[in-house]
Amino acid sequence: MSTVVDLNGESPAAEGRTVGPPPAADVLLEVRGLKTYFHVMDGTVAAVDGVDFQLKRGETLGLVGESGCGKSVTSLTIMRLVDIPPGEIVAGEVWFDGREILSLPMAEMRKIRGADMSMIFQEPMTSLNPVFTVGNQIAEAVKAHRPVSNREAWNRGVEMLAAVGIPAPERRAKQYPHELSGGMRQRVMIAMALSCDPKLVIADEPTTALDVTIQAQILELIKAMQERTGAALLLITHDLAVVAETVQRMAVMYAGKIVETGTAEDVLLDPKHPYTQGLITSIPSNVPRGQRLNVIRGTVPNPFRMPAGCRFEPRCPLVFEPCRDFDPPLRTTDLDRRAACWLHYPPSERPTVSDVAVPSAPVRTERVGKR
Amino acid sequence: MATSAAVTIAPTARVSRGLWHDAFRRLMRNRPAIVGLTCIAIFVFGAVFAPLIAPYGPTVGELSNSLQGPSLAHIMGTDLQGYDEFSRVLYGARISLTVGVIAVVFGLIGGTTVGAIAGGAGGLVDGFLMRVIDVLLAVPGILLAIGIVAWLGHGEIQIMLAVGISYSPIFARLLRGSLLALRESDYVIAARSMGASPVRILLRHMLPNALTPLIVQATLAAATAIIDVAGLGFLGLGPGDPRIAEWGEMLTDSSRFLQSAPYLIFFPGAAIVISAVGFNLLGDGLREALDPRLKR
Ligand SMILES: Nc1ncnc2c1ncn2[C@@H]1O[C@H](COP(=O)(O)OP(=O)(O)O)[C@@H](O)[C@H]1O
Ligand code: SF4
Ligand SMILES: [Mg+2]
Repeated sequence: MSTVVDLNGESPAAEGRTVGPPPAADVLLEVRGLKTYFHVMDGTVAAVDGVDFQLKRGETLGLVGESGCGKSVTSLTIMRLVDIPPGEIVAGEVWFDGREILSLPMAEMRKIRGADMSMIFQEPMTSLNPVFTVGNQIAEAVKAHRPVSNREAWNRGVEMLAAVGIPAPERRAKQYPHELSGGMRQRVMIAMALSCDPKLVIADEPTTALDVTIQAQILELIKAMQERTGAALLLITHDLAVVAETVQRMAVMYAGKIVETGTAEDVLLDPKHPYTQGLITSIPSNVPRGQRLNVIRGTVPNPFRMPAGCRFEPRCPLVFEPCRDFDPPLRTTDLDRRAACWLHYPPSERPTVSDVAVPSAPVRTERVGKR
Repeated sequence: MATSAAVTIAPTARVSRGLWHDAFRRLMRNRPAIVGLTCIAIFVFGAVFAPLIAPYGPTVGELSNSLQGPSLAHIMGTDLQGYDEFSRVLYGARISLTVGVIAVVFGLIGGTTVGAIAGGAGGLVDGFLMRVIDVLLAVPGILLAIGIVAWLGHGEIQIMLAVGISYSPIFARLLRGSLLALRESDYVIAARSMGASPVRILLRHMLPNALTPLIVQATLAAATAIIDVAGLGFLGLGPGDPRIAEWGEMLTDSSRFLQSAPYLIFFPGAAIVISAVGFNLLGDGLREALDPRLKR
């Protein structure tokens, strides 16, 4: 059984680490070479295995990929909410608002959470405390970061409920979560996440658990609130349609890595990576009536037995010589475009078998400790 | 959609008021719980007003009047000393209820402290405390209580402590288990994502949600505590002073007259059963009433 380190099992700070230079001032969030592993009974899961991306102030970025590719772990690592153990932040830097936050003491990190960066979760039904009224929960979040009276905090809660389109907010504020519908609860979560005017909002599949009819409304609300507050938005989803409607830029994730980045328009209209191409052609509305859906064959790799070369190699229709043994790093393909695929390297830059194979070693650790 | 602007309103409805109010309303609609509450209320009333209701003092009687069957003068008969059985059952309620309930409170205090430390701190502390609890749990509760009374000597406080200690492992386990499960719950993670401090998370998000099973368990434990206290009394480990009316000791005293005066067994026995059943019914009712997710 996993042992509990402290009350909240939060990621301890890697203090005194040497980190690289800070990113440019207009960059709000920069993730560099982030690796978050989980040590479990059967070995080690490299849930996030070398992720790099950037989010400018006020910008919106979509992080897409199949279920299990590491999107949630990426966002939880940024928030330092990964349980350690079984998790471990093996490598990487997270620069937020000019500071490397993986090195921050937990007390400092707590001041950032909720105030400067906040999160909207997938499950509105279970993400609110059942024993307190929703107004109270927002008020508590406000009080955690601002020197306000109970009354002012409560009023801020009501104001936020009104802002997210909840009718009769002063009455709703006094209700318990179970008295509200799923869509209403997600509005409450959004109100709470935005209650302290954060610079970054991470929304992890915010519409996945909702009825289809409600999904569009919630997405619309997130977009509107983002525009109104000017916060940067990291929108995590497995739904390309959501990305197309909501964000400026996107990053595609596969098996713990980013395989493609670019503006949402560019990536969706002209995907560079075979995985992105597969994702797009497997959307039913993209295929003319009567024609067969192009489904990506195979399944995501077993996390304990990652391919040694390109992680998409077992499923890739375009696989060629270097793919089996060498893992392609992200490479700039166009202005503002990057892809991790050997096809986008000029032949001279592709490794050949004669090169010393430096495959990103598949993580296959034996049982760690006695669990 | 968002038409209403920021409205200044006074947060009149206090949270806990609403929560407990709702629970109380649900409890009042639960028939078995009402029956249980009534049983308990009758005994509490009898215990509090024993001097007013009881026709005699607990130790008032003539030996010449010993072992009389129920009559108008003594509706539950008289015991060996000629004391009025009805009066002794009423005075006995004082001992059984207070000792039983306070024993549970002791158990709660000890158990929840250990459970909160174990579930909150985790790691080695958790491992150590849980092994101690395992050892305590391996010994049957009443045996543990007997050992403690034998060690600490006779007396009401000793009984409360003994029974309390024998119950604390259950409460510790229960709270620790709830806390560990709650650590992973979505709303605790959401609260952490909003920057709540560990102490706040424990006190505001985890403990209130872990309270329900504790309250239910404590009510159910009160039922067994009454039986355990009587059991200790029956085994001769009751309050030291033999003149004190205590249900368990009354059973022992009258067991010799099972043939000639069965009513002496019946009335204190019925008192134990009815009060225990009362707490059980109330406990089950609370379990349902305190779960805010259950609709009316
Ligand atoms: N607490 C954990 N312990 C062990 N493995 C985990 C844990 N959390 C996530 N994982 C693993 O990490 C991988 C990525 O998960 P996740 O980030 O949740 O995927 P998604 O992209 O669907 O959000 C999955 O293989 C999952 O099993
Ligand atoms: S590197 Fe090779 S296997 Fe990987 S996506 Fe590109 S073509 Fe396919
Ligand atoms: Mg996820």
